Amino acid sequence: MNLKQIVLTTAALAAAFSATLSTPAVAADAKEQFFPLLVYRTGPYAPNGTPWANGKQDYIKMINARDGGINGVKITFEECETGYATDKGVECYERLKGKAASLIDPQATGITFALTDKAPGDKIPLVTMGYGLAASQDGGVFKWNFPLMGSYWTAADILIQHLGKKEGGLDKLKGKKIALVYHDSPFGKEPMPLLEERSKTHGFELVKIPVTAPGVEQKSAWLQVRQQRPDYVLLWGWGVMNSTALKEAQATGYPRDKMYGVWWAGAEPDVKDVGDGAKGYNALALNTSGQQPKVIQDILKLVHDKGQGTGPKDEVGSVLYTRGVIIQAMAIEAVRRAQERFGKGKVMTGEQVRWGLENLALDDKKLAALGLTGVIRPVSTSCLDHMGSTWARVQTWDGAKWGFSSDWYQADEAILKPMVKAAADKYAGDKKLTRRTPADCQS
Amino acid sequence: MIYRENGQFKTSYRADQQIFPILQDKLFILGLVAFAALAVPMLASEYTFRAILTPFLILSLAAMGLNVLVGYCGQISLGTGAFMAIGAYGAYNFFVRLPGMPLIAALLLGGLCATVVGVLFGIPSLRIKGLYLAVATLAAQFFTDWAFLRIKWFTNDSSSGSVSVAGLNVLGLPIETPVQKYLFCLAFVCVFALLTKNLVRGHIGREWMAMRDMDVAAAVIGIRPVYAKLSAFAVSSFIVGVAGGLWGFVHLGSWEPAAFSVDRSFQLLFMVIIGGLGSIAGSFFGAAFIVLLPILLDALPAKLGIPIDTALASHLTFMIFGALIVFFLIVEPHGIARLWATAREKLRLWPFPH
Repeated sequence: MNLKQIVLTTAALAAAFSATLSTPAVAADAKEQFFPLLVYRTGPYAPNGTPWANGKQDYIKMINARDGGINGVKITFEECETGYATDKGVECYERLKGKAASLIDPQATGITFALTDKAPGDKIPLVTMGYGLAASQDGGVFKWNFPLMGSYWTAADILIQHLGKKEGGLDKLKGKKIALVYHDSPFGKEPMPLLEERSKTHGFELVKIPVTAPGVEQKSAWLQVRQQRPDYVLLWGWGVMNSTALKEAQATGYPRDKMYGVWWAGAEPDVKDVGDGAKGYNALALNTSGQQPKVIQDILKLVHDKGQGTGPKDEVGSVLYTRGVIIQAMAIEAVRRAQERFGKGKVMTGEQVRWGLENLALDDKKLAALGLTGVIRPVSTSCLDHMGSTWARVQTWDGAKWGFSSDWYQADEAILKPMVKAAADKYAGDKKLTRRTPADCQS
Repeated sequence: MIYRENGQFKTSYRADQQIFPILQDKLFILGLVAFAALAVPMLASEYTFRAILTPFLILSLAAMGLNVLVGYCGQISLGTGAFMAIGAYGAYNFFVRLPGMPLIAALLLGGLCATVVGVLFGIPSLRIKGLYLAVATLAAQFFTDWAFLRIKWFTNDSSSGSVSVAGLNVLGLPIETPVQKYLFCLAFVCVFALLTKNLVRGHIGREWMAMRDMDVAAAVIGIRPVYAKLSAFAVSSFIVGVAGGLWGFVHLGSWEPAAFSVDRSFQLLFMVIIGGLGSIAGSFFGAAFIVLLPILLDALPAKLGIPIDTALASHLTFMIFGALIVFFLIVEPHGIARLWATAREKLRLWPFPH
């Protein structure tokens, strides 16, 4: 390489670099509500991250096509690939927040942890539906976090309730052995405090079996399952870990109908490859799947039939796709709610959207209008409760599709509430925060 | 022309042994530091600080630490992520458990923890060499991954294994805004770069290089392998540990062991190899290449207004990035630092090359 080439290459690189540096934070257009979408379409979590991301995008496209936006405010979005990695996620957040971001759904518990400290300073709400930090349900401390519809504590609580019901009463769990096979990351470790609490109350033994991320190698974990012979296995997995776990369970001969997954371990990509081997496997469900709901029909009609769909058409309406739709629907409803207070047809700032998220009131009538009848239960948040609902069901894989196998459950407030409060207070103590005053709740 | 050295006479050994014997080099570096400290805070955007400059500085520091070990002493290490993790968690424990612990002291103590573990894992280097040593240091990586995930004490009994720090300040000055964080890291990097540069120019550095070039010959001329190798491990892990502390405290704010996985170790090793083995400047070039290039490539389609699928953009980034690594290694196996040195040599002769 001679000098001329070196100089030219350097100059080209420098030019490209300065182009990125000098781009100022783009102010949102007068009538555009911007949603940054942190997604992962590559890596070991892509099979699950992709339908989720597609659902979010398609819903935005559908709302723009059907309603022309939110009360006339057009919705724009930009995706950023995180690959489920925390540092990349933080980079994406920094990149997109400058464009007047309405709210952020990080799609990963690790990224949520990192952003929880940053969001209050930047005044951007974090929506972590069914994941994230369990303690952040307490809106008195976590002003900017919204773990809508459930956290890992409510999930663990519901699973234990279900197991108790199966055994004929929670007291029958005494002396039983329950193994938690978990993704060795904050995501997998979150449910532990609640399970420990429950195991103390009901006297079952909790065995914790870690699986190193991303979870393609689980031989030793399932060897432990074989040695310990637990009565039930709770599977806290994500991405390739789930299908691998089911294959290993099949190889070890652990009965699949004794396995219960969290709602992130209960989608089509997790079981499809295992097929019949996963028959009888159970998982929590936050939402239904299928193409019958009106909202999915609208997406098919207005987006996919026009050739503007984001993913393959037959994946529309799958479990995680529907969840993506719900998350985006909640986000957009929060903006709509904020507009009711701060001015219809205006672009809402992160602060205003936060108010909307805190005052979401989606009753049956509103859900019907959204086309979400039967997909989820009503959600209503408040200043102190940033979750809004803890309803979930158990579903079972029959070898070809997911079917519900239980009634709706709700997490036990008596156990959850003191734990959430204690954890939130501890967080506030560590960070030297004070609880929000009632006056702050009004703002 | 630019590099006219006419009239720069060295009249004492002291003058001849300066870090930058040529005046232009010295002015350039001083100017660069002044630019980074004074002008950049006024020019760059928040995104640039948080997502580009701060990680770049911290990883340069870590790469510099690794360069001491791999580039100067010739001991291949795949445990850099581990030493970063030890630095970060060590500093965290000092910071959280001892009330009133100053930030800088906590970071340096974290570095000391890494030093102790680094020396411990360096002991095998006295018996095994080359790739075998790389495998031995890989053990450090897996050991710390395990320790910080499993031993609750290290993470202050956090239920999820994720820890976070808040309220950073130095002598009452808060380290909160992106600019403050950047300047804090810049100060660390400048001080450590100066110390390291002087260390590798001195007798210790010459011992390391003798060890690297031929350990038997070095032992024959009176260099003690134990001392030389372990001191390289100690210095390297100290710097890497401090970089780990900065990465956790200043850049991430809250982190889990996965932030210091084996991927980080590989990333740092690539930085050192691509940047230039045995060169302080090379560490900066390598860090810039590995940190900035993927971000640039990733952001480029959006900047140019080319509508491109997110997944495709991400795959393209990997492919182009990989191709560029191969390209650089073919064109200049000694790293970008050598390209820089060649360019400088040419500039000294320009416009009359011979």
